Amino acid sequence: MGQANEIHNSFREFLTSKFDDAIVSEDNFRGDQSFYIKPEALLEICQALFNNDQLDVRYLVDITSVDWYGHAEEAKGRFEVVYNFYSLTHKYRFFLKTRLPGDNPKIRSLTDLFAAADWLEREVWDMMGIEFEGHPNLKKILTADELEGHPLRRDFPLTWEQPRFSWNKDDPPEVIK
Amino acid sequence: MSNTRKEMTLNMGPQHPSTHGVLRVVLELDGERVVKAEPVVGYLHTGIEKTMENKLYYKALPCTDRMDYLAPMSNNLGFCLAVEKLMEIEIPEKVKWARVCLAELTRINSHLVWLGTHALDLGAMSMLLYTFREREMILDIYEACGGQRMMTTYIRIGGLAHDLPPDFDKRVREIIKVIPERLVDYENLLTRNEIFINRTRNVAVISAEDAINYGLSGPMLRGSGVNHDLRKDNPYSGYENFDFEVALGQKGDAYDRYLLRLKEIRESLRIIEQAIDGMPEGPYLAHVPGVVLPPKEDILFKMESLIFHFKIITEGFKSPFGAVYQGIESPKGELGFYISSDGSNKPNRVRVRPPSFVNLAALPKLVEGGLFADVVCAIGSTDIVLGEVDR
Repeated sequence: MGQANEIHNSFREFLTSKFDDAIVSEDNFRGDQSFYIKPEALLEICQALFNNDQLDVRYLVDITSVDWYGHAEEAKGRFEVVYNFYSLTHKYRFFLKTRLPGDNPKIRSLTDLFAAADWLEREVWDMMGIEFEGHPNLKKILTADELEGHPLRRDFPLTWEQPRFSWNKDDPPEVIK
Repeated sequence: MSNTRKEMTLNMGPQHPSTHGVLRVVLELDGERVVKAEPVVGYLHTGIEKTMENKLYYKALPCTDRMDYLAPMSNNLGFCLAVEKLMEIEIPEKVKWARVCLAELTRINSHLVWLGTHALDLGAMSMLLYTFREREMILDIYEACGGQRMMTTYIRIGGLAHDLPPDFDKRVREIIKVIPERLVDYENLLTRNEIFINRTRNVAVISAEDAINYGLSGPMLRGSGVNHDLRKDNPYSGYENFDFEVALGQKGDAYDRYLLRLKEIRESLRIIEQAIDGMPEGPYLAHVPGVVLPPKEDILFKMESLIFHFKIITEGFKSPFGAVYQGIESPKGELGFYISSDGSNKPNRVRVRPPSFVNLAALPKLVEGGLFADVVCAIGSTDIVLGEVDR
């Protein structure tokens, strides 16, 4: 336990000493350590972590997003982007979380640092509609090309269907190209 | 006949036997060399994450079987552990040991299917028949446990669906006895088979740095020599009590990953043996009224059980506000469940961290510059399940 705390403190010290302004808050829920950061500082923080040999944060496990539409939490920003990092040397997992506004959510892409970010960011863009600036190939990945909207947003209807094909040859819908 | 170089674009899939489902790869070829490869996924997208966030916690559980359908118990385990972490449920010792046993059986199941199909892709037809014969024994255990051969939903929040079947011990010991013998047969057929070695040695190579940078996990990462196994590094469900080795590769090619998966099967058998020998006695469900469904046999005789059963089925249970992540070492790699709860009886967001999806993203890295025929080997050796890639 003591060793785990030491590792945890070294990560916290590194982040708070260098990026005190960028870290809004932190929280440890059921042993999962999260740092809430300002979105504009994301790339800078990740670069600093990536280039630090001691901490060894080079393994990006996951990028995901949460939509707080219609919830009291929405006041802090509708979209929450969650970065899941793992340090292979210290066997330590932590999360960087950041909030984005409801209209036109944008955040800097991490593809320059982590190759894993490519598909993960495309998925977040496709499912949640968060734009990653600087992504070389930001296009849909899971949903059909014709589908409009981003299905994992809370205001996207659960049973929404968009016809992809019609036998009605005289009046082809626009989706058939 | 001119001998000028010609580039062509070739579409592989989505209906192609060796893409293991509905994977489409758009290949740019220069003669036999692959210049560029672009995997196209999403043909099997069923919106499982969206479905799960619209269901009560325990009703979301059957969705997890349908992602990686070759390893249903691993998926159940990951989701249940995440919910148990969120709800702070203490799990009885017997359940932990039974879950480890089932999760390792699942690993063998998944690796056997992988071995059969991978060898089939490379022309060794008979392997598929042999591995499916052994897999049948594991599916029989699934059937005895959960009543289903594939979509078991046997591991439930707080424990198991029923107690282990009476002949569980006997069946599992049969597997521990039979599979090592059969593994020797497989090795005789493949390990020193010249055709197989030529098709896999130095094919689909990925270095350790690249593997880490691409976020690969499971055999894809360990095949390159990176020692990362969540069972050892961040033990869950009592894995710290078991003695086993983490199999590692050296070069990160398809042959290394083949040897590694065979070793993993052997290590899994060791874990299963320890689990079955030391299986403690006790209840198969945690006693947490209002959160964990009461044992089925109590419902007919105990008033409280009936009431709790009714309440959980109709309203579910309220979860505390917060977000948890639980990663497990599934046969394909790190399978993670990120559950963000808003304090109601349904999750606000369930994110599945799919190992196959992340591993597949490295496919261009594996095949570009190589021969066209090796694309099949690279896809096979990545071990993807499209149900999990697309969810």
